[in-house]
Amino acid sequence: MIDLYLAAATEEGAEVVKHNPIIPVWQEIVVGSVAFAVLCFVLMKFVFPMMEKTFQARVDAIEGGIKRAEAAQAEANELLEQYKAQLAEARTEAARIRDEARADAEGIRQDVLAKAREESDRIIAAGNEQLNAQREAIVRELRSEVGTLAVDLASKIVGEALADEARTRGTVERFIADLDTAGQR
Amino acid sequence: MIGQSTVLAAAFPPSVEDFYLPSILPWDAHDSYWFTKITVLVWVAVAAIIIFFLASYRNPQLVPTKKQWMAESLYGFVRNNIAVDMIGPQGVRFAPYLTTLFTFILVNNMFGIIPLVQISPMSHIAFPAVLAVVTYVMFIWVGIKKHGIGYFIHAVKPDAPAGILPLLIPIEIFSNFLVRPFSLAVRLFANMFAGHMLLLVFTLGGFAMISANAWLAPISVLSWVLTIAITFLEFMVICLQAYVFTVLTASYVQGSLADEH
Repeated sequence: MIDLYLAAATEEGAEVVKHNPIIPVWQEIVVGSVAFAVLCFVLMKFVFPMMEKTFQARVDAIEGGIKRAEAAQAEANELLEQYKAQLAEARTEAARIRDEARADAEGIRQDVLAKAREESDRIIAAGNEQLNAQREAIVRELRSEVGTLAVDLASKIVGEALADEARTRGTVERFIADLDTAGQR
Repeated sequence: MIGQSTVLAAAFPPSVEDFYLPSILPWDAHDSYWFTKITVLVWVAVAAIIIFFLASYRNPQLVPTKKQWMAESLYGFVRNNIAVDMIGPQGVRFAPYLTTLFTFILVNNMFGIIPLVQISPMSHIAFPAVLAVVTYVMFIWVGIKKHGIGYFIHAVKPDAPAGILPLLIPIEIFSNFLVRPFSLAVRLFANMFAGHMLLLVFTLGGFAMISANAWLAPISVLSWVLTIAITFLEFMVICLQAYVFTVLTASYVQGSLADEH
């Protein structure tokens, strides 16, 4: 039965042109070339260059975004540096003012102290002077009084004999000189 | 139904003539090839690809729409995974051609498994041959542009001791300038041819068995189920062959651009 089908097939095959699958049909080569050329022309001229352009635009967009972010970052850093610099400046300024104030206070203290010392010295000196003056006056007063008292005392003891003025004076003078030397010793 | 199956079974076993259907215009002519199912399919493929790309890339956005993304993925796949990977940074300028080549082969191959169409133009050697010739001319042209006429020496003289060169140079000439275009064309053609033949064998075989003996019906059903399974296998082969053709083209171009072996 298969033979019959085969016979039918060969019978059918006999009436058609025999084909060899490895020999190309030239009409198909023409059709294939033209069709492929058309496809290449349209796609390579209108589609893929636009795709490349879009890819490039996308890359630019992303890189642009990154660049903008970097610029913002740089600006922020700059501002931060500026603020830090200003802060440091303010700090040194404050420190300088504090130091100055401290130095001023020290100066004022020194002035006051010096003035007080001067004043006290002056007061002490004045007191000393006054003391000396009083001492001088007392010594002077005492000197004359001691003379008179001694003379009076001696007169009372030895009577009128020693009433002679000149001798009295000399004796008294000597006595006082003796007193002075004794006191200094 | 019985009549139809008898007609179909009459063509069993399938032969080469099953690949050469009668032409559409003039109707039923066996020696006219300008307007056949095959040529119509080629034009349909070209139109479909052009319409797909133009429609999805009519108004490109920085943030792509879904259609635009699909078109870009296709181009990006060939551009980055084939052109740039194989050729390097300068491969970008070959990406448009490689993508065109890839989509053209893929869509034409796909006709081999689309229901009711089920024959690929690539099972006629004329179409793979055209593409292979383009590749052949292109890689030689690129080589001459890069190295001048010295390209031919560059291409056939391997980096080997002088003693072995008389043996190697003829082999290189043979493999680079004679075998390459044929292997490219025949590989694609034979895969598509064999795929179509397999589908024919299993489909028509089912009809042949069921009309020969009703008891063979279960085996006929099994045969048709296998047809579906083979269709999935064919899908893999279709994608793989489109990829292989494109990768080999890129690889030949890379060889022509290379500074040394």
